[in-house]
Amino acid sequence: MNNVTLARATMGTSLGFHIVFAVLGVGLPLLMFVAEGLWLWRRDPGWLELARRWSKAFGILFAVGAVSGTALSFELGLLWPGFMAFSGSIIGLPFSAEGFAFFLEAVFLALYLYGWDRLSPVAHWLTSIPIAVSGAASSLFVVMANAWMNSPAGFHLDAAGKLVSVDPLAAALNPSTATEDPHMLVSAYVVTGFLVAAVYAAGMLRGRTDLHHRRGLALGMAMAAPAIALAGITGDSSARFIYQAQPVKFAAMEGLYQTQRGAPIHLGGIPSDSQHRVLFAIEIPYGLSLLAAFDPNAQVQGLDSYPPDLRPNPVVVHLSFDTMAGLGTLLGLLALGFWILVVRGRRLPLQRRLLWALVVAGPAAAVTMEAGWFVTEFGRQPWIVYGLIRTSQAATSAPALGATFGVFLAIYALLALTSARLLLRLARGARQAGA
Amino acid sequence: MTLAAANAALLWAALTTYAVLAGADFGGGVWDLLASGPRAAQQRRAVAEAMGPVWEANHVWLIFLVVGFFTAFPPAFAVLALALYLPLTLALVGIILRGAAFAFRAHGAEAEGASRWGLVFGSASLLAPFFLGAAAADVAAGHVHANGRPAGVFEGWATPEALLIGLLAVSLCAYLAATYLLVETADRPDLQADFRRRALGAGALAGVLAIATLALARSQAPRLFETLTGNGLPLLVLAILNGGVALWTVWRTRPRVARAAVIAQVVLVIWAWPLGQWPYLVPPDLTVAGSAAPSQALQAMLVVTGVGMALLAPSLWYLFHVFKGRLPQA
Ligand code: HDD
Ligand code: HEM
Ligand code: HEM
Repeated sequence: MNNVTLARATMGTSLGFHIVFAVLGVGLPLLMFVAEGLWLWRRDPGWLELARRWSKAFGILFAVGAVSGTALSFELGLLWPGFMAFSGSIIGLPFSAEGFAFFLEAVFLALYLYGWDRLSPVAHWLTSIPIAVSGAASSLFVVMANAWMNSPAGFHLDAAGKLVSVDPLAAALNPSTATEDPHMLVSAYVVTGFLVAAVYAAGMLRGRTDLHHRRGLALGMAMAAPAIALAGITGDSSARFIYQAQPVKFAAMEGLYQTQRGAPIHLGGIPSDSQHRVLFAIEIPYGLSLLAAFDPNAQVQGLDSYPPDLRPNPVVVHLSFDTMAGLGTLLGLLALGFWILVVRGRRLPLQRRLLWALVVAGPAAAVTMEAGWFVTEFGRQPWIVYGLIRTSQAATSAPALGATFGVFLAIYALLALTSARLLLRLARGARQAGA
Repeated sequence: MTLAAANAALLWAALTTYAVLAGADFGGGVWDLLASGPRAAQQRRAVAEAMGPVWEANHVWLIFLVVGFFTAFPPAFAVLALALYLPLTLALVGIILRGAAFAFRAHGAEAEGASRWGLVFGSASLLAPFFLGAAAADVAAGHVHANGRPAGVFEGWATPEALLIGLLAVSLCAYLAATYLLVETADRPDLQADFRRRALGAGALAGVLAIATLALARSQAPRLFETLTGNGLPLLVLAILNGGVALWTVWRTRPRVARAAVIAQVVLVIWAWPLGQWPYLVPPDLTVAGSAAPSQALQAMLVVTGVGMALLAPSLWYLFHVFKGRLPQA
């Protein structure tokens, strides 16, 4: 493998790993805030128990998120020195703002984790607010940087292509930020909500239907349900924006080869470059034109209107997009069905089939989010900065990239296994405590 | 002061803070690894109690440093990332394993088997300061060229001088940690005596390594030698004098004075470097002014830092007030 491939593999693995911990870092503090608040309000120790359990898990998750995030901030330079030499000053603003968000998160998390006996109950509860706010803020800031890679803005080049001036604010608030930021933020709550609900649903399947488990499940689903609705809405505006701003990414998402009016939607199927069409797909006539522009006869650009070396890989992008949209729809239906049953029966539904669906929904939500990132990142190829710098020009020429990729893979596997094992033990402890 | 100089000073301040705070956390890992005698378990617990609430906040100074560096001096950042790929990656491996291992051990305490992570915690704590020190030494020695390409895996950075400075960095971290622990264990005299002995050992080792570094630099790394004996000379002389004071106060078990003196030692060493090599950021090719970002980015960096510090300073004060204000309960 050459350096470009190795650098992409290392970066993609690190991001795909980090993002799982990052989204929990956004969502869990909000759940802890709610649970501990309910305890202060109702003086029911059961709520406190929930907050304490979650804070123990969060201690592990935050540390792994922090170290894997550190890896990313190094890797931006180590793997992509050419990219950073050009973009560092332009997108530095959101990154340095993110730095302060991390600071505040780390400080207040320490107060939260180690302060149970040193702070008054109300002061302790209040420390969860800056954690939740700075967690959300850090995801908004860092996604601004990613949005800039999709819609580079806020800088001027001279005739020789040298950077002469920058407008960091305009770069941070580039056109993609308006669609990517909200979609990412609500996705973090989707993933957290479903993962938390999955943990308690699994406990219930083993017969632990005590109050502790019912409350955990209910809070998780209370977060997941509104968030998944918002994910659908914001994702839809993302797609409409892509139709305008990155037509070739849109064509790859949909597997559309010929530019046409009245374009159909392809559900599933495998785009074939040699046959210029999607094989084995379900076609919905006019669907794509309708969705993209609210007009059944709107024109949609196809992959064929771009030279092959300027197209992303349609197989990966189309399948990732369908995975996200398909699983997202199923998750939405599940959340809706769950709350309808709650309202109808005035209690939590405990049918085994529903619980099993909730157990599967947790990991499925994480897969949905990863698939969304695949759409964004593979869909941008061959550009690292859309229309400006090619990924192949930006990779490092340092030696031994293969070896370091292997080392990082091994480390991430070790961290994933260990945190999973420790979290499972925590959950098992909760089951005994709740029983 | 120009905008570029202000940004450079800001980054150096962040580096200093990182060294003084997180350096001690790495040193804590060293003492965890080397814990021995009848009170080995208590030594480890003292380290863990001291680090627990603060290491993550301390660690963020590094993130701030990296991010600020690529914002304010993007070409220099790219040159370093290319030339120092391997030492920086190895330091990163140390940072990842150290942090994760500490958290696994602390938060998984109920789980059996979590203590195996103690060994990882200790050994990874050696990696990070060693390779960060070596990388810094390569910059100061003028080994990093703007248009150079790394020829091989070890070429260009694994010089004897750099490896010696890597060891010096490890010993300084250990020295810092042991003196902080003198303060933290003031109510447990036998434990304090353990750390006093460790502080003396680490301090003496750091002194020897510093002298060896200077001697070797004279012949092997003339640029570094000039840096330290040129504009950096006043701080170097102060560092040598202060080094004696620091060891003396440790010897006499004056924990708080000793802590201040050892911090001063690290600050002097770190600031002798930029003063000595001014106006270069990455000698011999890149100056501070010549590798600075467009002025709007430099301004934005200062504004964000101002706003950020206004939020952060009171929060940090509160954190240290709650956990370091009084002696930790056993
Ligand atoms: C659980 C999470 C989740 C769910 C349910 C959805 N998405 Fe999504 N999607 C993401 C999580 C996500 C993400 C967080 O992974 C991405 C990657 C970049 C981003 O901003 O959000 C994303 C990106 C992303 C993009 C690419 C944006 C870009 O490249 O700028 C589009 C077009 C959509 N989404 C569209 C949708 C649609 C139409 C959905 C409706 C069912 C949907 N998403 C549900
Ligand atoms: C929000 C911050 C993010 C930034 C700044 C960012 C930046 C980058 C950069 C610089 C690259 C390398 C260049 C390239 O291949 O175009 C890359 C590639 C990649 N990233 Fe992202 N990324 C972000 C989020 C994510 C997330 C959360 C994922 C999760 C899965 C992800 C998945 C990938 C993958 C799979 C690649 C390899 C792409 C390919 O080889 O085609 N990214 N990203
Ligand atoms: C190139 C992309 C990214 C970089 C360079 C990056 C960098 C970092 C760094 C350095 C940390 C450690 C902070 C600490 O020590 O406290 C971190 C943690 C975190 N990152 Fe990322 N990150 C990236 C992508 C993302 C994305 C896409 C999100 C979106 C949700 C995100 C959200 C977070 C959060 C919430 C944390 C706090 C740790 C936790 O709660 O687990 N990051 N990140």
